[in-house]
Amino acid sequence: MIWNEEYETLPREEIRVLQLSRLQAIIERVYTLVPYYRAKMDEVGVKPSHIKALQNIRLLPFTTKEDLRKNYPFGLFTVPMDQVVRVHASSGTTGQPTVVGYTKRDIRTWAELMARTLTAAGARKGDIIHNAYGYGLFTGGLGAHYGAENLGATVVPISGGNSKRQITIMRDFGSTVLLSTPSYALNLADTMVEMGVDPKSLALHTGVFGAEPWSENMRLEIQKKLNIKAIDIYGLSEIIGPGVASECAAAQSGLHIFEDHFLPEIVHPETFEPLAPGEKGELVFTTLTKEAFPVIRYRTKDFSRLRYEPCVCGRTCVRMEKVTGRSDDMLIIRGVNVFPSQVEHVLVSIEGVEPHYMIVVDREGTLDTLEIQVEVSEHIFSDEVKQLETLGKKIRADIKDLLGVSCTVKLVEPKTIKRSEGKAQRVIDKRKI
Amino acid sequence: MKVEQIAIFLENKSGRLAEITQILAENGINIRALSLADTADFGILRLLVNDIQKAEAVLKAHNFTVGRTQVCVVETPDKPGGLAKVLQVIKEAELNVEYMYAFAQRSGATGIIIFRFDDLDIAITALMKAGMRVLSGAEVYAI
Repeated sequence: MIWNEEYETLPREEIRVLQLSRLQAIIERVYTLVPYYRAKMDEVGVKPSHIKALQNIRLLPFTTKEDLRKNYPFGLFTVPMDQVVRVHASSGTTGQPTVVGYTKRDIRTWAELMARTLTAAGARKGDIIHNAYGYGLFTGGLGAHYGAENLGATVVPISGGNSKRQITIMRDFGSTVLLSTPSYALNLADTMVEMGVDPKSLALHTGVFGAEPWSENMRLEIQKKLNIKAIDIYGLSEIIGPGVASECAAAQSGLHIFEDHFLPEIVHPETFEPLAPGEKGELVFTTLTKEAFPVIRYRTKDFSRLRYEPCVCGRTCVRMEKVTGRSDDMLIIRGVNVFPSQVEHVLVSIEGVEPHYMIVVDREGTLDTLEIQVEVSEHIFSDEVKQLETLGKKIRADIKDLLGVSCTVKLVEPKTIKRSEGKAQRVIDKRKI
Repeated sequence: MKVEQIAIFLENKSGRLAEITQILAENGINIRALSLADTADFGILRLLVNDIQKAEAVLKAHNFTVGRTQVCVVETPDKPGGLAKVLQVIKEAELNVEYMYAFAQRSGATGIIIFRFDDLDIAITALMKAGMRVLSGAEVYAI
């Protein structure tokens, strides 16, 4: 089934016509209303009138997370605050968080896009949707929630955490669709086994998973353990949140980007030159209909490729391949974005700790683990066990406070962490994604 | 009356202790007393040696993290109740022991107890006032 037959199956030529007129309008809008965008465009001598064809988008400067931070909190909004009905924000643990805003119409658009997503995944009115995405500043919970309501399904706004309770509710309420991160879905599957609940006895038929990269193998494992169809979705708060792209249950092969609202590009991660369809590179998005917070050529740092061929489901919108990596060193650990520089920042700010460290990420069973190895220098060494243990606890607590993710700390002997000759290698990611 | 001790950080890996003792042996350093504090993840080796400067230098040259701390060494008759008497003094003086280790010097002669205190000066004064024999560095290294 297709939620919005008209827009999701537009002939490609019509999609392009629609995209061009919307692109022209959005460029005009940010140029007129946002001094920051105007200054950036003036710097390279581009005027809205230069956008005569879709490929003219390449004339425009990129927008990065740094640009969003510089304009913290509301500097890139194109409407007065009395028209902004909601804000969300990223965790923002180094520097400023990034804040995004929505008008009433933006919220309606988002609910439409999430209804499309859920429909593509196989959810219908009458489903009981167990929404285990976090509610709050994170876009996942509320984004999915409004979409599920728009769809006409029954939403169980359970948010994250307390797995046993989640399972009890799933069983008692007869939940049919699970929304969560893929790793949490596996965690729930294991907890079910511990509780003696047979996943096959539940009414679940579909899982809609996003917010972190996951492999085909993990999909097979989830599908088998929970006896459901596992669907990959993609979104990021800077663009709108969840609802940017979604797999369809029919093909489970690539995520349909809702192109009437977002214009995707793939660029070379170093030269930023546009790449041809099918080539792999960094995914860049321009929002075509957002009111409060449009973004122009936003560099996601996610690696993917675009496939324009028709899909068996009937949708004509382009498909992006499952995200397989990033152009920066950002790690996603249990759905939380972590940059190695944040870990370094924590270590340096604990007096005496020299930043000789290594971040080791692994997956134990179903959950990502984060270990921080810190070399014990003479400055931090003590002949008392208590002191060293206190140091470990302090690092752990500060990481948890600042990054929002728990870790273990391993104190290691000096010079045991490999020194690199070029760019410091700070991360060992043992997960097989 | 303070005695210098060296402490070495060790990961829980096999062979590390053997490596340290080998380095000390090759450099003609004699270990007078030893204690190993271990946790699930790491260990701290504490040593009294006959040449602390040299021991520190050679271990550092082998990339070990070495720290120096001051401890208090008490000699007590090696007979039942010898240690109890010392600990009674510590209890009455309300001293906080961070850690301690002990060994018997020669059977039937004296026992040696090594203490690490919060406040070493107060502890030494209290022990000496109570008539305990607190050893100097020179005495300890010469044991």
